[in-house]
Amino acid sequence: MTDKTIHKTIIIGSGPAGLTAAIYAGRANLKPIVFEGNQPGGQLTITTDVENFPGFPDGVMGPEMMDLFRNQAKKFGAECFFKHVTKVDFSSKPFKVYVGDEEFLSETVILSTGASARMLGLEAEKDLMGYGISTCATCDGYFFKDKEIVVVGGGDSAMEEASFLTKFAKKVTIIHRREVFKASKIMLERARNNPKIDIMVNKSILDIKGNQKDGVSSIILKDAIDGKETVFNCEGVFYGIGHIPNTDFLSMFLDVDENGYIITKADSTRTNIDGVFACGDVQDSHYRQAITAAGSGCMAAIDAEKFLENLE
Amino acid sequence: MSEKSVKITDENFQELVLESEKLVIVDFWAEWCGPCKALAPILDKICDEFGDKVLVGKVNVDEVKQAPVNYGIRSIPTLLFFHNGEIVRQEVGLQSEQALIDSVNQVIS
Repeated sequence: MTDKTIHKTIIIGSGPAGLTAAIYAGRANLKPIVFEGNQPGGQLTITTDVENFPGFPDGVMGPEMMDLFRNQAKKFGAECFFKHVTKVDFSSKPFKVYVGDEEFLSETVILSTGASARMLGLEAEKDLMGYGISTCATCDGYFFKDKEIVVVGGGDSAMEEASFLTKFAKKVTIIHRREVFKASKIMLERARNNPKIDIMVNKSILDIKGNQKDGVSSIILKDAIDGKETVFNCEGVFYGIGHIPNTDFLSMFLDVDENGYIITKADSTRTNIDGVFACGDVQDSHYRQAITAAGSGCMAAIDAEKFLENLE
Repeated sequence: MSEKSVKITDENFQELVLESEKLVIVDFWAEWCGPCKALAPILDKICDEFGDKVLVGKVNVDEVKQAPVNYGIRSIPTLLFFHNGEIVRQEVGLQSEQALIDSVNQVIS
């Protein structure tokens, strides 16, 4: 399908930022088109309880909250498609957005593509992701009952993952490549005091061994101090090494910082291209909360509406 | 759970999956899995698209103990495509409708 309509606004991404932008843009009668990407609802769909979103005093399940966001956006006329945008062309107007060979045109674009779990970049990830390597403890922890697993990373998310995984695993070893932890004191203490958690420092992972049928069997570690390589047996490897913004397909048009995050102009969601706005984790390496993403999504819709008004 | 798919258990796995004459897509899922929930309506569309040619079977990993272990499931959603009792394809993680249609076409052509 190639659609010749010039839309008022196309929103790329469907986490709290994108769907809040859709609610506001819908209410402003911009008839937003939302391309949800290959993880509709965004990162919250792989969490469990969200306890810090205002308005839900008893907490809410991440996936359920995102369904509510989507329903609210649809109620105001947003059209949501489970399609993954592969290319954009912001070199001329109207802007062009591509899903494979399909082309869509729009006067404004709101980017809310979020961030994805960072990988180590090992060859083994291609084969073993989902077969013993995981970036989602809440999704996959269940399959590691009474098994020995490792969590890679030294920040809060690695500590949280490790603590969560002790519900299932026999033993969890946190592997960190440095001696100093980025994790907050309280999270690190919680991990240290957990009898099921071991912590190994100054170790980086060189390789992960295993196959799709039997899963992971071991990892190869290298010591940062003496350079020695050792084999560590484990059946699961969970990554908690942070996130990278989903800007690969955008960076030829947009100004991004040294880590790939979209740079927005002060006190706004405006990017270096007039009519293209960015909100949520794709432009925020610092706060990265559902509520801050939603807040910036609202800003993006208001900025887009203002921009369209000024065109008329 | 949708009526378009069938519920697979350890008891009926042999009969409904391994002995089936048509392609069976077995979806390993759970209530607590967000991506699994997102995949469910897409699998319904696969049923609509392919009708009699494909059977979608659902394995709830909280209830069915043996099958996930037998097939080494370590992440959900995982889809196993069975044809004549053999696994002919497997997909881990949420798939788009188009990607799934392409997968099915490759397997049945």
